[in-house]
Amino acid sequence: MSKPKVATCSLAGCFGCHMSLLDIDERILELVDLIEFHKTPLTDIKRFTARCAVGLVEGGCANEENVEVLRTFRRHCDVLISLGDCATMGGIPALRNFVPLEDCLREAYLAGPSVYNPGGDVPNDIELPLLLDKVRPCHEVVKIDYFLPGCPPSADTIWAALKALLSGEPVELPYQLIKYD
Amino acid sequence: MSATNTSTRVVIEPVTRVEGHGKVTILLDEANRVTQARLHIVEFRGFERFICGRPYWEMPVAVQRLCGICPVSHHLCAAKAIDKIVGVDQLTPTGEKMRRLMHYGQIFQSHSLHFFHLASPDLLFGFDADPAIRNVVGIIQQHRDLAVQAVLMRKYGQEVIKATAGKKVHGTGAIPGGINKNLSTAERDALLADAPQMLAWARSAVEIAKNYTLENLEKVKDFGSFESTSLSIIRDDGAMDLYNGGLRAVDKDGGTIFDHVPNDRYLDYIAEQVKDWSYMKFPFIRSIGPDDGWYRVGPLARLNTCDFIDTPEAEEARREFKSLTNGRPNHMTMAFHWARMIETLHSIEKIIDLLHDRDLQGTDLVARGQRRREGVGIIEAPRGTLFHHYRVDEHDLVTMCNLIVSTTSNNEPMNRSVRRVAEQYISGRPQVTEPMLNAVEVAIRAYDPCLSCATHALGQMPLEIELIGPDGGLIDRGSKG
Ligand code: SF4
Repeated sequence: MSKPKVATCSLAGCFGCHMSLLDIDERILELVDLIEFHKTPLTDIKRFTARCAVGLVEGGCANEENVEVLRTFRRHCDVLISLGDCATMGGIPALRNFVPLEDCLREAYLAGPSVYNPGGDVPNDIELPLLLDKVRPCHEVVKIDYFLPGCPPSADTIWAALKALLSGEPVELPYQLIKYD
Repeated sequence: MSATNTSTRVVIEPVTRVEGHGKVTILLDEANRVTQARLHIVEFRGFERFICGRPYWEMPVAVQRLCGICPVSHHLCAAKAIDKIVGVDQLTPTGEKMRRLMHYGQIFQSHSLHFFHLASPDLLFGFDADPAIRNVVGIIQQHRDLAVQAVLMRKYGQEVIKATAGKKVHGTGAIPGGINKNLSTAERDALLADAPQMLAWARSAVEIAKNYTLENLEKVKDFGSFESTSLSIIRDDGAMDLYNGGLRAVDKDGGTIFDHVPNDRYLDYIAEQVKDWSYMKFPFIRSIGPDDGWYRVGPLARLNTCDFIDTPEAEEARREFKSLTNGRPNHMTMAFHWARMIETLHSIEKIIDLLHDRDLQGTDLVARGQRRREGVGIIEAPRGTLFHHYRVDEHDLVTMCNLIVSTTSNNEPMNRSVRRVAEQYISGRPQVTEPMLNAVEVAIRAYDPCLSCATHALGQMPLEIELIGPDGGLIDRGSKG
């Protein structure tokens, strides 16, 4: 029987949730016996070619590409998990929701003290995905099955959730594992 | 994907086995010659703007959320800038040494992670190996001992961070003017117990990287390589110092461009050019100008700028590294890996020295001074020189934040490496294959780019390659997997 597949991605996140996943340390040797990593930044699998049992999503949606990737994950994963505060509620990147997007771009590309920009251009190229006006948590875009809070959720939290899911048990995490930072 | 009458656009997206999201586009003409190759940072966060209006003491904990791979670098760099705001130019010995310990823990874990988890599959299996095994799981399955070593080295660095910052990712140890805890003797003894093993593994990692470079010298010498200026901070006596020092830049021959520049004068020396096709800006040295003033940062650059390393084993390794280029700057992109492992060795030597220092059990944790309105912090993050600059008003609220993250300084160099490899591996070939695209990514990975950081103006980095014909039409999307 082939092993269940797990996919992960980082949308508008900082990769800290992925780092916390790696913080399971030696248990990663056990994990790769239990599952097969499919599309994730850890492998060179760039497109879904198979159905995945679990998808872990870090970060919320800040641009159209994040939305597209998130929808792809929903289509290909049986269980989708919002991993961390950014995915769950937007997190620090969502602080920009209180400021007009234009102001953010102006500060970064026109007003900053080290900026050299005689032409006054703000990045705008067909290769750059359209920014959303607001950063959205994942569940505002697709259905999310589980939420793991924390910035990042601890390695023990991620491990406990994965183990339960993979063995078909109910995901019931003790109080100590549920923390917002 | 023959492209007889049109030009072709190849896209690598997402770039994988790097931290963050990016994308590469390559344009080919009728004869499949590369006419343009670019690395784009496709995400934007707007940190510099939305952090304004927040109280200054939040900076060390808030701004590190730029990047979960090197949060300690941002945590400490922000803290260094905020030290200035609270009028502190000199920390207490316990404060400074705890922060240094945290920093060396970070360098040790980040370099280990990059070398073993992300880059080693290319080195051990080959650039053109089956993508299905060319990853960390392949390493676990086929090089079990090395995988165990990788996992435990990274874990050790994370434990050092936890003991100093309180938490492995996004800790809270550094506070304005100092640190919020010292190192208990129990924490110290636990870290000391594993240190000899870490030192031994760091030595062997230097050997792996060195032997890879020397055995494949013909191939790696030119791989994505070119001559460049190097920049870093440096100690007063010219020693490598990853935590504190003035700015030094040396040209491609090792000649000094500027030296010991005080941190708060960085704006007189460095500026960042904006290009419309990437959210990542292009830093350059003002006196040379936007076209030619670009430079490299990170492990390779630091081995080019420093006069010596102040720990014995890393210094010996540095001498061997320098002998390859007869003491002149090394410009081989793939030599980043060797340089990175020398720094890993340096970091564990520093960690061991610090753990034996009784100041870490001191109780004088925070220094105080006269409030100021402005502060600049500069640190050598794992990926290179990192700048944080804040202005604060009379209500303690931040009014200006300027960040130049390490990977940003390597923007032009990474683009040059992408172009070089595209020319070397793709140009004029009848077909674009997966191994060719991976070769492009191998060159990017050598810089260990943190595209999460680079997103602070904030972009992230998946890698995708697209082929576009001369008419601009999309011919093929060379994605992997
Ligand atoms: S929740 Fe925290 S650790 Fe996770 S991506 Fe967001 S900022 Fe990073």
